[in-house]
Amino acid sequence: MAHRVLVVDDEPSIVLSLQYLLQREGFEVDTAADGEAALEVVARRPPALVVLDIMLPTMSGFEVCRRLRADPAAAGIKVLMLTARGRDTEAQKGLRLGADLYLTKPFSTHELLEHVRRLLGQTP
Amino acid sequence: MLRGWVIVAVSFAYLGVLFAIAHWGDRRAEAGRSVIANPWIYSLSLAVYCTTWTFYGSVGRAASSGIGFLPVYLGPTLAAALWWYAMRKIIRISHAYRITSIADFVASRYGKSQLLGGLVTIIAVLGVIPYISLQLKAISGSFAILLHYPEIVMPAQAVAHHAFQDSALYIAMILAAFTILFGTRHLDATERHEGLVAAIAFESVVKLLAFLVVGAFVTFGIYQGFGDIFRKAQEVARLRPLLEVGSAGAGYGTWAFLTVLSMLSVMFLPRQFQIAVVENVDENHLAKAIWLFPLYLLLINVFVLPVALGGLMLFPAGVDADTFVLTVPMSQHRQELALFAFIGGLSAGTGMVIVETIALSTMVCNDLVMPVLLRLRWLRLNERQDVSRLLVNIRRLAITAILLLGYAYFRIAGEAYALVAIGLISFAAVAQFAPAILGGIFWRSGTRAGAMAGLLSGFAVWCYTLLLPSFARSGWLPHSFLEEGPLGIWLLRPHQLFGFTGLDDISHGLFWSMLANCAAYVGVSIARRPGVAEASQASLFVDVLRHTQSPERPPYWRGSASVEDLLALTGRFLGPERAQEAFLALARRRGREAVAELRPDAELVHFAETQLAGAIGGASARVLVSSVVQEEPPGLDEVMDILDEASQVRAYSRQLEQQSRELREATAELRAANARLQELDRLKDDFISNVTHELRTPLTAIRALSEILHDDPRTRLEDRRRFLGVIVKEAERLTRLINQTLDLAKIESGSAEWHTSELDVAEVVREAAEATSQLFRDRGARLSLRLAEGLPRVRADRDRLMQVLVNLLSNAVKFCAPERGLVEIRLAERGAELRVEVQDDGPGVAPPDRETIFERFRQAGETLTGKPRGTGLGLPISRRIVEHFGGRLWLEERAGPGATFCFSLPVASPGRAGATTMVTARGG
Repeated sequence: MAHRVLVVDDEPSIVLSLQYLLQREGFEVDTAADGEAALEVVARRPPALVVLDIMLPTMSGFEVCRRLRADPAAAGIKVLMLTARGRDTEAQKGLRLGADLYLTKPFSTHELLEHVRRLLGQTP
Repeated sequence: MLRGWVIVAVSFAYLGVLFAIAHWGDRRAEAGRSVIANPWIYSLSLAVYCTTWTFYGSVGRAASSGIGFLPVYLGPTLAAALWWYAMRKIIRISHAYRITSIADFVASRYGKSQLLGGLVTIIAVLGVIPYISLQLKAISGSFAILLHYPEIVMPAQAVAHHAFQDSALYIAMILAAFTILFGTRHLDATERHEGLVAAIAFESVVKLLAFLVVGAFVTFGIYQGFGDIFRKAQEVARLRPLLEVGSAGAGYGTWAFLTVLSMLSVMFLPRQFQIAVVENVDENHLAKAIWLFPLYLLLINVFVLPVALGGLMLFPAGVDADTFVLTVPMSQHRQELALFAFIGGLSAGTGMVIVETIALSTMVCNDLVMPVLLRLRWLRLNERQDVSRLLVNIRRLAITAILLLGYAYFRIAGEAYALVAIGLISFAAVAQFAPAILGGIFWRSGTRAGAMAGLLSGFAVWCYTLLLPSFARSGWLPHSFLEEGPLGIWLLRPHQLFGFTGLDDISHGLFWSMLANCAAYVGVSIARRPGVAEASQASLFVDVLRHTQSPERPPYWRGSASVEDLLALTGRFLGPERAQEAFLALARRRGREAVAELRPDAELVHFAETQLAGAIGGASARVLVSSVVQEEPPGLDEVMDILDEASQVRAYSRQLEQQSRELREATAELRAANARLQELDRLKDDFISNVTHELRTPLTAIRALSEILHDDPRTRLEDRRRFLGVIVKEAERLTRLINQTLDLAKIESGSAEWHTSELDVAEVVREAAEATSQLFRDRGARLSLRLAEGLPRVRADRDRLMQVLVNLLSNAVKFCAPERGLVEIRLAERGAELRVEVQDDGPGVAPPDRETIFERFRQAGETLTGKPRGTGLGLPISRRIVEHFGGRLWLEERAGPGATFCFSLPVASPGRAGATTMVTARGG
């Protein structure tokens, strides 16, 4: 059965590219442009993995991550964080909040896919 | 019947007891077991203040002015409270510098001035002699009265007409002999007379007891206690005023002056100085004396009023109230009591005379005679082997002379004055020392010239207002001198000087003399700076409580001397053995075996001088020592060096202070600068972080889509075309971002190029509308232009202005209502500037964003209409451009939907005023 992946980003072109990439690899992909929409989707149709941008309008990716981890219903969901900011402290903060992985934009699509597969327990 | 020989025998027996006590005291002192080394003896000996003037005179004064006798005792009581500050300092100074008398004290303070010492001595002798004569008068008077027992005959009627039949002469001679025995048995370096002090303390007990016994006899023997006497006195009309405060002769002004006067005299009478300072063995005794001495004064005054009132009620007029202490017991036929009262009076008189005469003779010898003798070269005093005998003899002569002078005054002045008045005149004389002494120990700037001027003027006024009038009353001067002033000059009447009335004679004299004294002392002291010797003595005296740890250390001294010379010199005045002992003791203190091993340094010279000072006074000692020492007085150069050094140190410390202040300021500035730098750093960091974010976002899309296309050649054509479109758009976005970032950096750093010219804003607005027309068409929005005509030109860069307008218009079209949106651009003249307004019908800007949208990389409305296409640099750049031309750019706050961005530009030049007016008229 295909894993469901939720892509959360406010940049339409990035959502477009990630959606196409993941769908091509056989995942079911949902998208959200901000934190609240993302949490709504998670509640409605829990994904196996969330690809989460940090710089989101109104609610930051950190906050979304914190809420996901505080919600027992969302316990098994993997979180892969993306950021355009390159500071180490942000990476640490994300991991401390319970993210499983942290990638810096722009990323290599191959690497991204490898990480997604690994997180979802699929060996390449 | 009291026989004369009984009285004389008892008197001599009493004097014999005194002498025995003195002898015993001296023996104990020599054996090192001092009897006076306790505060009780010290306090009792201070009661030498109470003379026959107290013993007989208080009752006399109380009989005429009620409690008007009290100020003389209130003063000392108040003064005692201040002793810990003033007296302790005087004692400390005197012990440290071996001061032997009040004259020595003043002379030493003001640069060891012989002249000043002589002046103080003269004032003291002249001032105190009447006081001594008063004692003689009282003793001889009481003797005469007692001799007529049981009849009561006043001494005025009994006085002998020939000097050789006059008991007072014999009393004077006997007292002289006694004083010589007491006071000049040997010459001590410290001028201490332990036996004498013990005897004086004993006398204080005797006179107090005698007065208390008489008082108790009157109060409880004749009457039934205090209440009885006062009640009975109340019934006698002439006595009633005595029981009221402020009765005749005791106005409040008089009270105040008398209190002050006796405050000063209890410190500066030569005998008080002798007992309180010179004979003091331990300054801590003062602590107990501060309350014991006033207690003594209280006790001796308890029965004054009862005795006075009792006497007044017992006797008809004609019995002198000054004799009541003696005559009241006589009237009751109590001869043993009368005899005891006589002995009490005798003890009060002898105590005063002995101590006063010793003190004066020391002053006369050290400060008057020796300085003169030392100057008389033909005496070759410097070369005599042992001068100590000569010194003793001078003092003996002085004692005799002083007592004979006292007798002479008694014979001449006679009955002109009551006891109290004579005592007060003496008080006023010694009060003249107060400014020089008190100023000397507390005020560093008091100078020799000032002290001299003060003493001379105070003494002169004292002579004129108090001494000469007493001569006039004795008949030596015409009485008109008092009534009409000298040569009939009304203003100079000695008791109403310059027409000043309302005070009694004593207060009046004290007022003028102290005024002249203080004014001259302070005035002259301030006018002239002290010399080197004066300044160094001044600091030794004023700061004595701070540095008496090493009193043997002179302040500034340079010179050379030999130990033998100093020893020989000291030996000549102290006696060779005593000098040898003193030098040996010093040598041992310094850890050496023999006198010869002493180094003839400044300290040794100072030591010798101090030893000599004990014998002959500071001023003479100074002269003698300098005769055997090759002294180099601190020359002007040296003084200047010292001053220079001091001022350099001051300058240096000022410099240091300034530097440390500057350092503090610099530190604060650095800290602030650092904070600014950190802030800038943070801003730069934020900026870079923002720029990176803005660069990475499009790059992410470009890279991801490129990799998709590259990896999978089988991508559908439709997707391929869509992805390439996004890539192109994102690449454009990157380019725009880079350009705008560089643009902003150039504007901010001031390196942007500006092609400024006068231009027509309306024309530029039209061009901008043209340039953005495609955007409007794409959004299906409409642009409306409302531009005023014939507006003045502004000075600006056309391309930059275009950039601003395009930015505002594209922002507006981005946010305006979708499909049928409307944007309006208006141009009008407002005062001296043109204003452009761009209004859209979009959602407007939320209040929190109104200012932040002008910051870099801040964009509003992101979630409402999806991600707006912009770099977040448009508004910041536009604002800086407008500001560069002297205008402003802001967001107009306005009710209703939509946002209105405005900017203004100043009108180019006043030359276009005509056109402006025209436009305004059209606008109106």
